[in-house]
Amino acid sequence: MAKMMSLQAAIAEYVRDGDSVALEGFTHLIPFAAGQEIIRQGRKDLTLIRMTPDLIYDQMIGMGCASKLVFSWGGNPGVGSLHRLRDAVENGWPRPLEIEEHSHAAMANAYDAGAAGLPFAVFRGYIGNHLPKVTSTIKFIDCPFTGERLAAVPALRPDVAIVHAQKADRAGNVLFEGIVGVQKQACLAARRAAIVTVEEIVDTLDAGPNAVVLPNWVVTAVAKVPGGAYPSYAHGYYQRDNSSYKQWDAISRDRDSFLAWMQEHVIQGPTDTAAGANHGVA
Amino acid sequence: MASLEYTADEMMTIAASRALWNGAVCFVGIGLPSAAANLARLTHAPDVVLIYESGTIGAKPDVLPLSIGDGELCETATTTVSVPEMFRYWLQGGRIDVGFLGTAQLDRYANINTTVIGDYAQPKVRLPGGGGAPEIATSAKEIFITVRHSRRVFVEKMDFITSMGHGDGSPRDTRGGMVGRGPTRVITDLCVLEPDPETRELVVTALHPGTTREQVQEQTGWPIRFAGQLATTEPPTRDELEVLRDLHARTRKAHAGQS
Repeated sequence: MAKMMSLQAAIAEYVRDGDSVALEGFTHLIPFAAGQEIIRQGRKDLTLIRMTPDLIYDQMIGMGCASKLVFSWGGNPGVGSLHRLRDAVENGWPRPLEIEEHSHAAMANAYDAGAAGLPFAVFRGYIGNHLPKVTSTIKFIDCPFTGERLAAVPALRPDVAIVHAQKADRAGNVLFEGIVGVQKQACLAARRAAIVTVEEIVDTLDAGPNAVVLPNWVVTAVAKVPGGAYPSYAHGYYQRDNSSYKQWDAISRDRDSFLAWMQEHVIQGPTDTAAGANHGVA
Repeated sequence: MASLEYTADEMMTIAASRALWNGAVCFVGIGLPSAAANLARLTHAPDVVLIYESGTIGAKPDVLPLSIGDGELCETATTTVSVPEMFRYWLQGGRIDVGFLGTAQLDRYANINTTVIGDYAQPKVRLPGGGGAPEIATSAKEIFITVRHSRRVFVEKMDFITSMGHGDGSPRDTRGGMVGRGPTRVITDLCVLEPDPETRELVVTALHPGTTREQVQEQTGWPIRFAGQLATTEPPTRDELEVLRDLHARTRKAHAGQS
């Protein structure tokens, strides 16, 4: 049954050095505040899993939290490179980063298989490209009924999944609205804990019968963090701050300016409220 | 009508938009493809169905999205599905007419590289990676690519194939129709290229007004071939230019307005 906790307490209790952790949110509802709390708590040697690493993983990688990244598209959407990710891959700074690279279709299928309790995912993919040459977890199998050659990847089963949602009720049931990405799959695939930060805690979710709701008995912890997805967005609460994404390009290009920004905005930032509160969003 | 002033980028986006027909179901990449697909929707193809990999089906954005999952896409969509459903039912299920992609590099067979320049383990440049493109490239019934024409993009030999075009030129294994025909058109700021029906090598089939063969060769990293009957692209109409400029102006205003 979901426990109501502070974000600080939830990260302290459930995220350990060496864990595989998936902070999901497909361009929307990206759990920035939770990622920054992991940075503040100084977690190390994490295997970070995420389809679209985005700025939050750039920050975590640049601050040395990760030893491995499992991903399918690692850029700053509409802007360009993730410079901290590139520096880690190209130069090993601040530490070498092993990468396991997939396509979106593969990762989406792999989360789905993880949620479904299957050992692997099967799909029609990786045809005619070089990704199977560089990623050892991509294999091919023949369909036992038609003989068609299909791609297979192992199910994603992170130790901990962390996502952001609009609302939880007081019992810890969670509602997601808008672009829902792979958050439900990631939470159900998690081996040890599913942590959810939310914009608000309400008496009743007012969810339609087919809404995307995680029942409280599959949620480990709920933390109220208004603005917790900023500078990504929360449908119905605040918009994506595209200018922050553009500004990140210059901030993150240089190691010193990156470290100075992190020191000011994250390390010395508010410890138990959101990144968004820090930026006057919440 | 007096001749209109326009840029090479505008010609590219307008030529790319004309490739989409009304009612086409189009899986849209971010950037140049998204501009072209929305221009088509706002001009000659009002019933084009725009699908973005974030799960939005039938998006009708008023401004161009910066990311593949801007709120604008979801708010204007017919429906929004999860990302696994998007890739499983809608793309892999064979429901996409056209995948509209951009690229960092491409070769003479329209194979795409968005992964790495140099050695994979010791890259010279680490690019963002494949995202949705590796499976869009094979599951959509056909592929349009739009990209600015330069020697950095049109390369003789690529270090990595992220998304298959026409491979080494051999016929595609279409698996009983579940794998599409691959790239049928590449639209640049200089010209339009299409694969040769026999060899599948890209051939220039139309030059944009004012572009010369020499310019195209100069910006292409291999000896480029030209079709026997080389066409000239129709220049932009006043309406196309107005709609495109309004779209860009709205987009700039919307993205600048958020701080």
